[in-house]
Amino acid sequence: MTLALDTAEQAAVPAPRSRVWGKLLRNRSALIGGTVVIAFALIAFLGPLVMAADPIKTSWSLVRKAPSWLNWFGTDDLGRDVFARVVYGARASLLAGIVSVTIAVSIGGPLGLIAGYFGGWIDAIISRCTEAMLACPFLILAIALGSVLGASLTNAMIAIGIAAAPIFTRLTRAQTLAVKTEDYVEGARAIGLPDRWILAKYIVPNIFAPILVQATLIIAQAIIAEASLSFLGLGQQPPAPSWGSMLNTGKNFLQQGQWWMSMFPGVGIFLTVLGFNLLGDGLRDALDPRET
Amino acid sequence: MLSFIGRRILIAIPTIILVSIFVFTLQKLLPGDPILVLAGEERDPAVIELLREKYRLNDPLPLQYLAWAGQALQGNLGMSLRTGVPVLQLIKDKLPVTLQLAAMAMSFALLIGIPAGVMAAVRKGSAWDYGATALALWGLSIPNFFLGILLIFLISVQLNWLPASGYVPPSESLSQNLKTMIMPAFVLGNALAASMMRHTRSAMLGVLKQDYVRTARAKGLLEPRVILKHALRNALIPVVTIGTLLFGELLAGAVLTEQIFTIPGFGKLIVDAVFNRDYAVVQGVVLCTAIGYIGLNLLADVLYVVLNPRLRAR
Repeated sequence: MTLALDTAEQAAVPAPRSRVWGKLLRNRSALIGGTVVIAFALIAFLGPLVMAADPIKTSWSLVRKAPSWLNWFGTDDLGRDVFARVVYGARASLLAGIVSVTIAVSIGGPLGLIAGYFGGWIDAIISRCTEAMLACPFLILAIALGSVLGASLTNAMIAIGIAAAPIFTRLTRAQTLAVKTEDYVEGARAIGLPDRWILAKYIVPNIFAPILVQATLIIAQAIIAEASLSFLGLGQQPPAPSWGSMLNTGKNFLQQGQWWMSMFPGVGIFLTVLGFNLLGDGLRDALDPRET
Repeated sequence: MLSFIGRRILIAIPTIILVSIFVFTLQKLLPGDPILVLAGEERDPAVIELLREKYRLNDPLPLQYLAWAGQALQGNLGMSLRTGVPVLQLIKDKLPVTLQLAAMAMSFALLIGIPAGVMAAVRKGSAWDYGATALALWGLSIPNFFLGILLIFLISVQLNWLPASGYVPPSESLSQNLKTMIMPAFVLGNALAASMMRHTRSAMLGVLKQDYVRTARAKGLLEPRVILKHALRNALIPVVTIGTLLFGELLAGAVLTEQIFTIPGFGKLIVDAVFNRDYAVVQGVVLCTAIGYIGLNLLADVLYVVLNPRLRAR
């Protein structure tokens, strides 16, 4: 029994953190992605504290002014400072990405764990429901849920979170199925440990890495989804700034050559998503035991 | 083979039933009472009760679902609350526009993604590889509505080469139709091209290590023949199936592309329906998209077996 417990304890320990960190720091993609993400996180959460410009203050004398020393990114159709709105919009976008993925992991993760670990009819029900949800394209599902919940940033985050949850259910289930046949799980079961203990102590730590990688990549998709919903008018509501709604407003003035209203928020979305994609790819390489 | 297809169809049926339950539940969760809209401004309680009876809204939910599903099976997805036109008719009118857009986007994706993926794999570690990988990352990171805006600004506003928005049916003028669709199709196909490039590169890298490729080279075949006839043919098997699945994603991507370029397709239909609170249309579009997506999944599975001689022989 002690031997079984020892085996379980030793084998359940995931890859050493220092090795993963070393691989991560050597990975150029992860480094660039991580730097971009940290930079945007700092802009999003510290920027509003240090900058003086008000993102919702309108000024009729400053309507649609091109970028200048006074207004670095120009002003919009209501004379608001585009730079201030881009900085505040970063907060909405990052928050939406992180909160919606947290919702998705919180719903999808436990369901996948239960389905994979217990199997049988519970697995059949959860798997069929997951397939049904996955049968609907992500954005269409988010739009449909957004229309049910109503237009707001909070509801957009909930809609995206629910729409993304089946991705994590499927991944967690597959990972749990692979891990539950390992000797250390068998050992833990043999010594009579309760299921919830086995799940928390032996399964979750060993399936954490792929879920973390997937979560990073889904944050990128969630940021695009939030911007899409805001672009369509189903996300952040005016006058609060959001990159998606800024792009929607800005596109109406492209014909007049007033590019700055849409260009800067667009570049913001692109760089943030690029950062998360690079970080996700780097994490996948660093956490993959096959990579040397 | 037939039994395999039959088995896959049988597996798809419960998924479609669950999707229909989900779509039905979604309608029940929607805010507001559609009967109040139908009852007019007087909102006479007797009329409301009559309408409730007519639409079986007083029945228990499972019975309501069965009645709705029965109607849906016969092709009756209800009427648009706003226009009074049957939902199926609306979908039939708009779908060809989106299918043309999606087909053109897929063509772009194949024309760009597959050659770029092959070059990246064949010259792994070269400037070609890094360039193609960087392009793929760009394609996956740029939202199509931002790319659309960029192209409108550059190509339509600055260079005046193509119209910024609008749609001309091909029956009216094919050249004008292509002029209005080429930019949206490129925008929609951009992310797909990036995915195709990544999958092709990965599949080619796997295939190029195989013994039969080494044998082909040892036989003295020219490198282009080895790449195109021996490697690419085998590498394309997973790419074709993934491409089929990604075609479904194009329907979702079309929502935003059609919005930017003001194309009256399937995507614009759902967005307009959401804003007009035209729930029957939202429900119909979600159901049809999901069924289409399940169909594409089925097709991908079948194609995988059809294209793979080892699986086909079983």
